[in-house]
Amino acid sequence: MSTTDKAKNTVLEVEDLRVYYETPKGDVRAVDGIDFTLYEGEILGLVGESGCGKSTAAMGILQLIVPPGRIVSGEIRLDGVNILDLDEEGLRKLRWSKLALIPQGAMNSLNPTMRISQQIEDVIRQHEDRQKRKSKQAVKKRILELLQWVGLPERIYDMYPHELSGGMKQRACIAMAIALDPSVIIADESTSALDVVVQRVVAQTMLKVKQATGVSMIMIGHDMGLMAQMVDRIVVMYAGNIVEISTVEHMFRNPGHPYAQLLIESVPSLKERKPLKITEGITHDPRNPPPGCIFQLRCPFVMERCRTHKPVRQEIRPGQEVACHLYEKQEDGRYIDVRDVATNS
Amino acid sequence: MGKIPLSYLLRRLTITFLTIWFAATLIFIIPRLAPGDPISAMVGDMQNAGSDTENSEAIIQGWRERFGLDEALPVQYIRYLGNLATFDFGYSINAFPTPVMAIILRALPWTLGLLVVAMVLTFLIGNFLGAIMVWSRTPRLIKAIIPLGMVFTSIPSILAALFLLYIFAFVLGWFPDSDAYAVGEITPGLNLEFIGSVLYHGTLPALAIILVSFGYWALGMRGMMITVEGEDYMQLAQAKGLRPFYVLYRYMIRNAILPQITAFAITLGTLVSGQVLVEYVFQYPGMGRVIYENILAQDFPVIQGAAFFLIMLTALAVLFVDLIYPYIDPRISVGSIE
Amino acid sequence: MATVPQIAPNPVPPAPEPVEAVQPKKMGRFNVWDTPWFNTRLLVGVGIITVILFMGVIGPIFWDTDLASERNLEARRLPPVGFTSIRGVEGTWDHPLGTNNFGHDMLAIALVGAPNTFILGFVAASIGMLVGIILGFTSGFMGGLVDDIIRLAADITLTIPALMVLIVLNSVFDRIDLLTMAVIISAFAWPRPTRQIRAQVLSMRESGYVRMARLSGASNIDIMFKEMLPNLIPYLFASFISGATGAILAAVGLETLGLGPQGAITLGGTIYDAYTNLALSGNLWWWWGVPTILLSIMFVGLLLINLGLDEIANPRLRRGKK
Repeated sequence: MSTTDKAKNTVLEVEDLRVYYETPKGDVRAVDGIDFTLYEGEILGLVGESGCGKSTAAMGILQLIVPPGRIVSGEIRLDGVNILDLDEEGLRKLRWSKLALIPQGAMNSLNPTMRISQQIEDVIRQHEDRQKRKSKQAVKKRILELLQWVGLPERIYDMYPHELSGGMKQRACIAMAIALDPSVIIADESTSALDVVVQRVVAQTMLKVKQATGVSMIMIGHDMGLMAQMVDRIVVMYAGNIVEISTVEHMFRNPGHPYAQLLIESVPSLKERKPLKITEGITHDPRNPPPGCIFQLRCPFVMERCRTHKPVRQEIRPGQEVACHLYEKQEDGRYIDVRDVATNS
Repeated sequence: MGKIPLSYLLRRLTITFLTIWFAATLIFIIPRLAPGDPISAMVGDMQNAGSDTENSEAIIQGWRERFGLDEALPVQYIRYLGNLATFDFGYSINAFPTPVMAIILRALPWTLGLLVVAMVLTFLIGNFLGAIMVWSRTPRLIKAIIPLGMVFTSIPSILAALFLLYIFAFVLGWFPDSDAYAVGEITPGLNLEFIGSVLYHGTLPALAIILVSFGYWALGMRGMMITVEGEDYMQLAQAKGLRPFYVLYRYMIRNAILPQITAFAITLGTLVSGQVLVEYVFQYPGMGRVIYENILAQDFPVIQGAAFFLIMLTALAVLFVDLIYPYIDPRISVGSIE
Repeated sequence: MATVPQIAPNPVPPAPEPVEAVQPKKMGRFNVWDTPWFNTRLLVGVGIITVILFMGVIGPIFWDTDLASERNLEARRLPPVGFTSIRGVEGTWDHPLGTNNFGHDMLAIALVGAPNTFILGFVAASIGMLVGIILGFTSGFMGGLVDDIIRLAADITLTIPALMVLIVLNSVFDRIDLLTMAVIISAFAWPRPTRQIRAQVLSMRESGYVRMARLSGASNIDIMFKEMLPNLIPYLFASFISGATGAILAAVGLETLGLGPQGAITLGGTIYDAYTNLALSGNLWWWWGVPTILLSIMFVGLLLINLGLDEIANPRLRRGKK
């Protein structure tokens, strides 16, 4: 599915988002100026190694950043409205009804002293219109419906979180997330804590939900294999910056950014033996990113230019945007990989 | 909410039973460790202390029969346990033939009343203060009370009682210095005057207990609130866009208070002991005064009966809290699916 | 999946010097005063207790402690220096803290009573700790029925209000001396340390370094003494102080009821004397006031030590200081 084909609706736009963490020795730049767009009905994958800032970015969008972290700048437009400008009450109303979260550790994300039904009910009740109060039966019916949707048996309704298995808890969270029919759901490593079998069930549930309701999702994770099966486009982050945004096909067939290439290489394949690639170079101090390209210290293809000029993200072909100096725009508008030129000459 | 699993219930009941039985046994053994016949010794001591025991022979005989002191120790023990089961603690030596239980029953309501009121207020005030400590909008003045409360917790309630008694009753005269109500002036009954008098007289004793206990709860609750604040479900609660007060109550307080309740059960023993001493200082007509007066009078059956009764009361109170707990914390009551 | 074209890596130009690097704050010289052992509460608490102990040790050298028990009919009911009693009598430096109904000097009483109180508390706590260590380790290591029995015993002992049993005991046996009383009180001081140590043993048993020790063939005793005990030290200290506080509390309770140790002057016993001699209404406030205030200071000091030790044992509490 090429993104340039149809004039798709933009559901979420993130522009120059920066989230810094204050430490005694300076600000850690967890998210250092990221821009991306989420289109209606798509699943956007957000990948990167631990500490790259993907979770922080999600928390930033959800505005769940707590001190010592803070949102330094940026705009987050949900259905056209910059949510960073909203006041407390406005944000509260928007939460869950437009923007929901499927959390990372469902193990601890559910209130241990509330039944599953109550946890879904309270969010329904607290977001409903005072005038249009639903009856008790209507709410109960809706909750049972949601549970059925995610494949949970009816008896879960009255149960407490500790009575459920990990996969069930995760699916309960999914049910809760779709309760108010939000425009965007952010799934933060929702399957990372589960074993493979359960992972599959949960992943399928999420796909089913998306297909049926047309909700747009941002899936955060680091399991490339899982990503491949679930998402439409992938955003690759490194040290607080986005280095590539591509469709799934491009990402796995011909990843553009060197870092993305390394990620793809790291996915074990049943078909061929691959030596473990150990990246050379060192990582930089997150408080003090180097001028120029963020990946320069670890990039096997680093050039002079990378040390001084920060690469801009360019669409090197339809469905693939890369921020890397390896790709130069020609006069006719197409892009070439400078390595090809080097090899050829 | 939840139900009590049978195994839990049985375990708690067994422990309570064992505790009471152990206490009873201790109280049986101790007087018999002293040389000589316990009763004669008691009577002898009393006579030394100057009490009037004209019918000492009758007393000794009455006891002997009642408690089978002529019989072998194991038999005595069985009879003793049997008597305890029917709350028969024997007779007061001083006030023979008044049964010890009668003396206890007269004093018990006052002790229970003061205990429950002080307990409930301490728990509520302490935990409430601890909870609002975490809220940013709590005024600084109130936040300063907690450290002060913490310092107070180190002071035993008797000392606080002495201070309060001296300052507020003797020096300032704002509050009465003894008794549970204006004895002789007001007739007990369900009227406003009586109730007012009771509250008035009970203020200082209750205060003595509350002042030295609330800090502990406040600190504990504050700690728990901080812990809960860092939990994942709090983050989700915020993401859900729920109203702040609702989150404070249903997600934070409701979860933070659970360990406090468990901790509370453990402090019950200290609470009871402390209260006995406070009652003594204030000459409050509860078990405290009974014990004190009978220590002076060397009236052992009453001392032992009262002591045992209080131990039994404590054990039962702990059992009560244990039985309530599963209803509040569903994790205890029901098992899990997997 | 296509493979990435083999690259001939360019000679990598050296990484530039960080131009506007943020100057990291200078590492202060390793400050010995920074160790957690020197936190305010601990220091103040230890300070208070030391002062009192010091008084008790040095005091008798400078002040005649016999004055505590000698009846001095001339110098009765004297208020402390700087105060005037209801009867219009002024305090003198002969008796800086005043005298009671019988002419006993309050300062002497304080100098004798305070150490007695401490001795009682520390002895009881020490015995309790010893028993606690033994039972705690046994319970933690052996598990099973032994563990169950010990735990049950501890639970029962904890539930029973100590004062009640002690009252019964001390009323029957009225000639108990200080040390005997300490031993008796220790019977109620062992459950908390036992529980604490058991909990620590259980959590440490499964920890890495213990496993390593076991794998390298160390015996249980070795593990106990060389691996676990050293790590338990902050907890043991805290437990000891708690135990001492509890023991002193129990003792004071008994003493104020008149059931204290015979022959020894105690602060609680002084309060009993004052109370029964109607010092409250008779406005001899210093009679019960001196021991009460002194005891309060002691308890506050012990609490501070406890809180200070808590901070050491539990680093999480160190942040979020007021």
